[in-house]
Amino acid sequence: MDIHEYQAKELLARHGVHVPRGGLAYSPEQATYRASEIGGGKWVVKAQIHSGARGKAGGIRICSSDQEVSDAAEAMLGRKLVTHQTGPRGKLVSRLYVEETVDIGQEIYLAFVLDRKAERVMIVASAAGGMEIEEIAEKQPDSIIRATVDPGAGMQHYQAREIAFGLGLENNLIGKATETLLGCYRVFRDYDASMLEINPLVVTRDGNLMALDAKMSFDENALFRRPQISELRDKSQEDPRETFASDRCLSYVGLDGDIGCIINGAGLAMATMDMIKIAGGEPANFLDIGGGASPERVAKSFRAVLGDKNVKTILVNIFAGINRCDWVAEGVVKAIREVGVNVPLVVRLAGTKVEEGRRILADSGEAVIVAETLAEAADKAVAAWLSATMKKQAEGKKEWQF
Amino acid sequence: MAILINRGTRAIVQGFTGKIGSFHAEDMQRYGTNVVGGVTPGKGGQTHLGLPVFNTVKGAVRETRAEASIVFVPPPFAADSIMEAADAGIKFCVCITDGIPSQDMMRVKRYMRRYRFEDRMRLIGPNCAGIITPGQALMGIMPGSIYLPGRVGIVGRSGTLGYEAASQMKALGIGVSTSVGIGGDPINGSSFKDILELFEQDDDTDAVVMIGEIGGPQEAEAALWARDNMRKPLIAYIAGLSAPKGRRMGHAGAIISAFGESAQEKVEILKEAGVTIVPTPASFGEIVAGVMADRTNAA
Repeated sequence: MDIHEYQAKELLARHGVHVPRGGLAYSPEQATYRASEIGGGKWVVKAQIHSGARGKAGGIRICSSDQEVSDAAEAMLGRKLVTHQTGPRGKLVSRLYVEETVDIGQEIYLAFVLDRKAERVMIVASAAGGMEIEEIAEKQPDSIIRATVDPGAGMQHYQAREIAFGLGLENNLIGKATETLLGCYRVFRDYDASMLEINPLVVTRDGNLMALDAKMSFDENALFRRPQISELRDKSQEDPRETFASDRCLSYVGLDGDIGCIINGAGLAMATMDMIKIAGGEPANFLDIGGGASPERVAKSFRAVLGDKNVKTILVNIFAGINRCDWVAEGVVKAIREVGVNVPLVVRLAGTKVEEGRRILADSGEAVIVAETLAEAADKAVAAWLSATMKKQAEGKKEWQF
Repeated sequence: MAILINRGTRAIVQGFTGKIGSFHAEDMQRYGTNVVGGVTPGKGGQTHLGLPVFNTVKGAVRETRAEASIVFVPPPFAADSIMEAADAGIKFCVCITDGIPSQDMMRVKRYMRRYRFEDRMRLIGPNCAGIITPGQALMGIMPGSIYLPGRVGIVGRSGTLGYEAASQMKALGIGVSTSVGIGGDPINGSSFKDILELFEQDDDTDAVVMIGEIGGPQEAEAALWARDNMRKPLIAYIAGLSAPKGRRMGHAGAIISAFGESAQEKVEILKEAGVTIVPTPASFGEIVAGVMADRTNAA
């Protein structure tokens, strides 16, 4: 789960990391009020969306008067900001963060990530801040410092010192850098973060060390014990299709194609999507209904998939282990009758109680295209999708002729 | 004996009396697994499914000489249960639980290193379907009927995709020595390489099918190890060709976040290491059949 920059900065500030003074605003009036609270004659107005690279997309503006602050706020609020991380749909700006400006001496890159190879928290730092880490890795790979933390002992002072000296910081900044690094580590550990990125961490002209930006993500598996983090969730930053599904405990990822997928198991779901692609179609979504799927759960999955208006065909692929094909089949019939499925539907069942499941589908009298194997399922789904879209196109043409 | 478990393996169930634990313990018994008891703190002394219940894993090991354990404990307590098993002298542990926080798993892995390698518990999972040595023993949640006993090893992250592979193989008369699920989490007990090492040494396994997916470094690590150390044929499929970068595809670990973690890149790395690639998830059966036929012809 991602949080906003201002939320991450609040967490960090509570753990000894210095951040510029700033305030949150929901309207141009509030933005100018925040600027006057902060004082001075120059401010940064920053769009709060769950994405990096906001600057290039016009989501960060430096302002030198109340009017400029107000204009910047007016221009950003209520608009969708498209960055190379948001995808073409962009993300809605409904909050702004107004901050004091800082005289920058040096920019540093700093991140804490979960390193899957070391199976530990890894600190990544570079004196070549301001660029994205991919760019640093390409242009100045030797500038990257890495260190991993023993989960039993936690991060040690010497590790923070080594990084601070490695970054080439002056002696008078080593203490501040150590405090910053250890503070970041505590936030990461105590709140079950999965990623923390400060880019840039700056040395100011007056000899301070400050986080000018902050990005944090959290381990969703740990949210049960981090209520203060769960509260920071901002649904306006999520794909509405995904919010609908996650509120119903379905694992769903929205994609750009138009063949809806309902599958059990993450691996089989990915493989089925690959199969659709190989057969010439494009999946509209990833959806894992999980183990022990009841007919109600199957019906909910249909609601989630059909919530995406792009969907022109649905493929259900269930290899039942703990699941039961008869329950899934009941759920399919229930969905057709209650939810209303007005697109072609291909169903492939295998595993536990497969005969019973197929019989339920056959006896229902509903228009279900049944497939026995994975390959057959993908082929039939793509064929149904092709004829459905061609029919639509043909209808469209007819209208055009009239 | 295939790898890790056989019909003699003495197994206990942690989270034994819960709904999920009970359901699968019974299924495991039906399959022929030598389940010798279970653990549920506070229910020690009771009998469940005709077997003794213990308060602690140490108690269970003392009384039943259990050597393996399967964990059905809910996510907030699962890491603790794994460490309890490691400390009680369990040699092999399967964790089915999905949803364990990553930092808990980091602690588990660190904790297990307290023991010398020879004494260290081997863990598979979490967030996995378990393990089956067809015709002998099942410690997991997979449907036993789709596995034919045979001489091909399977190791994979996903449960249901593993079923798909096994059933395609069964349809062509190809059996399985042991099928191991290593789970879909970013930090897991055993890696692909760990399991390939066991299959390479196993006299009952002639070839291995590896079912990987996007995210993480383990498939690439396994490819390099296999290139330098494996004599048996390795056949691999990587799921997630259509998965976009930076999106988590169901499994906590199935996310492309670094170079080399996409399905396309992993397939390239595997190909370069001389691994036979299964090009589509519908061709597990025919590719494995082809490799086995070549092997017979060569011999």
